[in-house]
This record gives sequence, C-alpha cells and structure tokens, in this order.
Amino acid sequence: MYLSLSWRNIWRNKRRTLIAAASVFFAVILAALMRSGQEGSYSYMIHSSAKLFTGYLQVQHEDYWEKRSLNKSIVMKDSLVQAIQALPHVTSLSPRLESYALISHGSETRVSQVIGMQPEYEQAMTNLKDKLIAGRYLTSGSESALIGEGLADLLHVGLGDSIVLYGQGFQGLIAAAKLPIQGIIKMPFESMNNAMVYLALPNAQDIFATYDRITSLPIMVDNIRHLATVDQQIASMTHHKYALKSWDEMLPELKQNIQVDNASGIIMLIILYIVIAFGVFGTVMMMISERAREFGILISVGMRKWRLMVVTTIETILVAFTGVISGVIASIPIIYYFHHHPIHFTGEATHTFEQLNIEPIFNFSMNPSIFWDQAFIVLIIALATAVYPLLFIRRLKPIDAVRG
Amino acid sequence: MALIEINSLHKTYNTTAVPVHAVNNVTLHIEKEEFTAVVGPSGSGKTTLLNMIGGLDQPSEGEIIIDNTNLNKLSTSAKVDFRLHNIGFIFQAYNLIPVFTARENVEFIMLLQKRPKKEREERSNELLKAVGLQDRMHNRPSQLSGGQQQRVAVARALASRPNFVLADEPTANLDSVSAESLLDLMEQLNRTYQTTFIFSTHDDRVIKRARRVVTLRDGKIDYDKQNVQTVSGE
Repeated sequence: MYLSLSWRNIWRNKRRTLIAAASVFFAVILAALMRSGQEGSYSYMIHSSAKLFTGYLQVQHEDYWEKRSLNKSIVMKDSLVQAIQALPHVTSLSPRLESYALISHGSETRVSQVIGMQPEYEQAMTNLKDKLIAGRYLTSGSESALIGEGLADLLHVGLGDSIVLYGQGFQGLIAAAKLPIQGIIKMPFESMNNAMVYLALPNAQDIFATYDRITSLPIMVDNIRHLATVDQQIASMTHHKYALKSWDEMLPELKQNIQVDNASGIIMLIILYIVIAFGVFGTVMMMISERAREFGILISVGMRKWRLMVVTTIETILVAFTGVISGVIASIPIIYYFHHHPIHFTGEATHTFEQLNIEPIFNFSMNPSIFWDQAFIVLIIALATAVYPLLFIRRLKPIDAVRG
Repeated sequence: MALIEINSLHKTYNTTAVPVHAVNNVTLHIEKEEFTAVVGPSGSGKTTLLNMIGGLDQPSEGEIIIDNTNLNKLSTSAKVDFRLHNIGFIFQAYNLIPVFTARENVEFIMLLQKRPKKEREERSNELLKAVGLQDRMHNRPSQLSGGQQQRVAVARALASRPNFVLADEPTANLDSVSAESLLDLMEQLNRTYQTTFIFSTHDDRVIKRARRVVTLRDGKIDYDKQNVQTVSGE
C-alpha cells in the first residue's frame, strides 16, 4: 500500500510530475549524447591515429623510441609475426622499417619519412592502397616507390619519373637509391602528404642495409579495452625481449588533447547536472511543501515519520526512474543514428583537427556504459534531492503542520 | 480508574512578552464510553487541551494518564505508536488521504497497525457499512460530499479500535442535515462499540447531544456538567 500511496501521490499533479520526469528525461538524453560524442570522438581519434601512424601497440627495440635510429632495429621472424597476428583481439599488424632521408628530383630536394612495409600487411592495417590516386600499389617485390601527392608536387614529379633517396643506413652505411614512382597517394593530412615515401620492405631493407631487420611492428586490436591483454600476451611470447609501446606513449600530444577536452566536457556535464539537480529539487520542494498539513495529519493518526520518509523517497525514486528509463530508451535511437552518421566537419574547423593529425569527424560511441553511467548519475542526483523531504519530515512538528 | 486522567494541566506559550496560559490548571477525568463535549469560545484552550490529550502537544506542567500510561513519559516515537493504537482522530477538515478510496483510507490505519489483510478488509467493510457508505467505498474523497467524507473520517478513526476518539470541531464544515446525521452516527457508534468520544466544539447541535459538557474559559474549566441539554457556546 505504501508503493500504491507513493505512485498515486506522484500523479496528484500530473503536469508537475511530468515536468519533473521530463527534466530527468532530457537530462539523460543530453548527458548521454554529450558523453557519447566525447567518447566516440576520442575513440575515433585514437583509432584513426593508431591506424594511420603507430598502431595501438608497437613492438620495438627498447631504445628505438628515444633514438629513432636504424641501429636500434630488431630482427623478428615471420613465424613470430604470424603468431602475434593469430592472437585473439589482434586485427592487423604491419612490420615496418622507418627512417628519414633526403628525396631529390632535379634541383628539388625534400626531407621525407620513408616507410618500408609489406604491402599486404600495410593494406590490412592502414588501407594504404585506398589512398592511391594514381599508379599502382606496391607488391612485396617492388623496387619502386609510392609518394605523397604533396611531395610529388613539391618535387615536380609524376608517375614514371624517378626520385633519388639519400640517407644514412644501418650502422652508418650510406643509403642511396634511384626509385621509380609507381604510385601517388593522397594522405588525409598535409604534413603527411608532403613527406611520405613508401617502399616495399625488402627493398627498404636492401637500401638501408638492415637485411631482415625492422624498426617496429605496429599492431591494431579490435578494442582498446583489450590492449593490456594483448600487451601481456606479446610480452610473454617474446620473453620480454622487446619494448612494447602503447599508443598513448607514442602519441602523447593526442592523449593530452583528449584529457584537456575530456576535462572541459566533464565540466559541461557537471553544469548540466547542477541545472538538473535544481530543477528536480524545486519540484520535490513544491511537492513536499504543499503537503505539510497532510504529513502532520498522518503523523497525528499514528504514522511513524520513517514510514512517511519511505513513502516520499519512493515518490522521488518513481519520478526519477520514470525520467531515467524513458531517457535511456529515447537516447538509444538518437545516438545510434549519429553513431552510423557521424558529423563531418567542414571549413575552418577542419584545420584545427588537421593540426592534431586527426580526421575532422565527430563520432558517437554506442558503448552501453555511456547510457547506464549517465542514467545512474542522473538517478543519483534525483535521489539526492530526496534528502529534502527526509529533512522536512524529520523537522516536522505535526501540531504545527495540522494547524497549517 | 478513569480512562483519561488529566491532573493540574498547564500549557503556557512564551511567544510574546506576556506569557499566554492557553490551559491553566485543568484537572479532568473522563470515563470509558463517555460522549463528552469540550466547549468554549475561541481562544478558550479547548483545541490545545485536545491536542495534549492526543499527545500532539506537550504540557508545560501537569500530567495526562490514559489507560494507565503517562503521556509525559513517552518518547516522541512512542507517542506516535500510542496514538495509533489508542486514539482515533476526527478533524474539522476531514483530512482524508486524497489519493486513496474511502475503503483504503479506513484500511490504512490498520495497515500501520500491521493487521492482516483479511481483518483489514472485513473491518473496513463493516465500518463503512456502519457509517452508511458501503456503496461509496471505492470512491475517492474528491468524489464524496463533505458529510460523506466526515463519515469516512469517523470510520477511519474507529478502524484502529481506539480507546477513545478525539474530534476537533467535527461538524464545523458541514451543513445542518449532514451535521445531525453525523451526530446520530457517532452516538450510535458510541453505543455500539462502547467507544469514548471527546469533541471540541462550539456547535450547539453537538453540545445538545453530548452527555457531558466541559466548558473552558481562559484556559480554565468554567463548567463541567452531566446531561446538560443546552449550554451556551460563544
């Protein structure tokens, strides 16, 4: 009967109850949408950066990341690479030999990043082939190069022209080669477009005299949550022989940007929560204040205060639950839509993203925890407002309340 | 021994520069099955007296002993339980729970007493039949007239099988027909259930029906007479 009393009480003033439930309802939607947008974008930023640059995890020589020297390269057997690829949660990997070199054509010379890679592996990880705008993709036996569109423009070269690579190879040897241009790729960022040169891994190993060595093995996993598991498995498989660098160690700027943005997002959420709290609190206060006389009567006829507190708490829970559940239900299709139709930024906004080497896409996460977390927080806020009726009833003197 | 013993009761309010003696040295004994009216002009202290008998207000001095229980010695929560099991209340403005039906209002007191469901249903049916509302038991207060609501309040007051019923101006909001009807009902219930009724009132119709009339003036008992047929109120 207490539940029945509470349920009927909340519908005494339907409009007011609906307004209170609606404030919770919209709060859940707004909070879930904000959080989904943030987490979705962060995940996308991390994923796209990892996919394009470093992978979520890299196997390296323990000093490579500091020195960035071919002398800190490693030998990794194909069997180990395949064993790592076969690990659960590993979606792709790409053995690479990375270095910097001077690239020349005629009188033009540019410093470029040269990546030697196995074309099939690289395609699986970065979809490099899809970025080809002219020419053909490499094969493992290719002795030619793919170059960024911007670099091609800077060097005034096109398909069929040759570029000269000049740099330092393994253990101080000179790396020099004349490379025909087999393809031109369009990278998503200007900085990459103006600097990237891709070679087949055997060709790069030959040019830089590293034989069968690689500088890194970037690895992608199906979900960032599984990173630690994969990390442990690889460490165990390799007997802790190599360093394992995670994306946040290799992309600290990205991590910091996410942290800063996340902090500002959380501040916005807190402001939203405060607004919700006052809205619900105001409604609860009105619901309680106008029933002071009734509470006085109930205590007079023999209802213990704690029982009255239970009734009012159930009322608050019912209103909050109505808002929270309906808010979660309504937010799912909205976020589902944005998850599948992410917002693509255009105009000036794209430059900000490009400066961070992030594709200008605002993605939304469908992680279930977003819905439950926001629902739970809003529910807690709503329940916190139930403290007011408890204090009100605790202080209530029935004789004063009955007198009105 | 009297059902209610009121000994040297004082209630003083110190809210102004001059203390107000709302109840001033009242001694009164009320026996079981009495049908007593406490009358007097506004400010005479009758409501304050009833509030103290009901354990809603604390005396400044003196004691109230109900069925061998000294109210002064009960804690606040014990008083709530004492009221639940010993006192029925009827208020001037009915004060039913608006979201409950007539029957649920009557049952609710028994629910607080943790009576079994079957007993609650049987007793609420019986009481609503006794007050002539067996056909309206599923109606909410807003669907009942003032007289009908007060009848439900009477049934509610009796639901807990109290030692006595305190009724504060029970007819004040009723028209004359409803008031007479309610008084008939309460007299009948007084006889049927041997329930003690104590009214505060300045309604002549109630005073005429009372078998004992206690008149207060300035917080003191002015008259205390049995079987008085006509006593001037205000």
